Amino acid sequence: MSHVINRRNFLKGASALTAASTLPISMIELAFADSSQNFSFAYISDAHIQHVKGKDFVRNWDRGLIRAVAETNLLTPKPDFVMFGGDLAQLGKKEELDHGAEILSGLSGSKLRCVMGEHDYYLDLGQYWEKLFGPQYYSFDHKGVHFVVLNSILTTDEWTFKRWPTAVQRMNEMAGLDNPNGSPFMVGDKQRAWLKNDLANISKETPIVVFSHSPLQKIYKGWNFWTDDAEQVQALLQPFKKVNVIYGHVHQIQYNQIGNISFNSVMATAWPWPYPSTYAQAEQYLPKLTVEMNRADPFFERDATGWQLINVATGNVDLHYSLSNNTSRTVAFNSKTGQPEDTSYQAPEKRIPPQSHF
Amino acid sequence: MLKPAFKTLFWCISTLALLLGNTVQADEFNKDDLNRWQTQFDKVVQDGRKLWVTPLGSNGVSCAQCHPNAANTHPETYPKFQKQLGKVAPMWEMVNWCLSNPVEGKALAADSAEMTALQAYVTYERRGVKLEPGKH
Ligand SMILES: [Fe+2]
Ligand SMILES: [Fe+2]
Repeated sequence: MSHVINRRNFLKGASALTAASTLPISMIELAFADSSQNFSFAYISDAHIQHVKGKDFVRNWDRGLIRAVAETNLLTPKPDFVMFGGDLAQLGKKEELDHGAEILSGLSGSKLRCVMGEHDYYLDLGQYWEKLFGPQYYSFDHKGVHFVVLNSILTTDEWTFKRWPTAVQRMNEMAGLDNPNGSPFMVGDKQRAWLKNDLANISKETPIVVFSHSPLQKIYKGWNFWTDDAEQVQALLQPFKKVNVIYGHVHQIQYNQIGNISFNSVMATAWPWPYPSTYAQAEQYLPKLTVEMNRADPFFERDATGWQLINVATGNVDLHYSLSNNTSRTVAFNSKTGQPEDTSYQAPEKRIPPQSHF
Repeated sequence: MLKPAFKTLFWCISTLALLLGNTVQADEFNKDDLNRWQTQFDKVVQDGRKLWVTPLGSNGVSCAQCHPNAANTHPETYPKFQKQLGKVAPMWEMVNWCLSNPVEGKALAADSAEMTALQAYVTYERRGVKLEPGKH
């Protein structure tokens, strides 16, 4: 039973600010048969705060995160908590994490939880990030839903510990999305053992929401739209009746259904990425289900960045994408077809020209 | 009329040209030529790739940060009408737009080695895609 949230209700406190309806954050509402159990949380991701020198940071990326925080503060009712989906920093520097944390500290009255991104990790392997935000993977329960946060951007020990002469070089090599010297992401044996144990005492009826930075499905290895042990993680999640994986990293709208698992990506606040299908030399597996976001207009620096209102109706997520400088999108779980679908554009005859990427 | 000294010089050059035969003829090339031209092109593509991942402006942002493998640059669609520029623009003008705005740097001369290299790289990454000038 879908309980679709009208974004205006969430933003009614925002009417005085004309920019409010176009600010980039993700808003998640969990809806159950008993509506008093409904709750919401905001989702902000991929800010890529980038240090230039001294006190200078890349203005464009700063603006994206500042807007997201400002709009989150305008939500009515207040979200129960806020998620940040990873890649707060661009090159894992203290300056970047501190500056990002400072902007995020502007979030009023909502607990912040964070997911590790590769741009946060590969300088000091997450040490400073942990000081600011806590453990790299963990779980929590909230109003009947079991939430799991994974660090899905790990890779082999050889690549991490032996290949690069300096930590700075290791960070730079992983930061280049299309850099052939990078390495496929993985959750890894240790964390999968932890996940198995974490899920052991959870009822199969309990809705599960997993937050990861990389997609826990394989889309395009060349840009690490990929998790190498995705199938093994999925196998741990499949026994549960309603599982939702929400991931960042891809800076674009993607959605898919594999068995009981719904996959949804969130937008970046910093910049959009092309769909892998637009790289003429690549073999890629973007889910057929995905109706692509509108092609970015480079003349609007916030275009193709954005945020989502997400509603988990009886344990399945609906994402309401609010896109800066563009028309909002809704990708909702269709209980008849058992998969996420765009509520306006899913039928082939409903697609519009900017949705064709080439 | 040419002066005698120049006449002699002219005769010498003409004779030399005849003696050298094929080396001054146009339009015939061999495998070595092809290899050389390919090597020259590949080098410029490589130069372009290096520039692509190097911050070219003042804020440390590189082209590749938004355009991995030069995707979403659509070299096969130029020249095309850009409504924000109000005219049909060639690709290098859009490259300069990016250099001046998102990467907060300075525009390159259209015929600079750097601009040639950037366009060579972008076009190389689109090899095999049919030309569709004007397409949006
Ligand atoms: Fe990112
Ligand atoms: Fe990432």
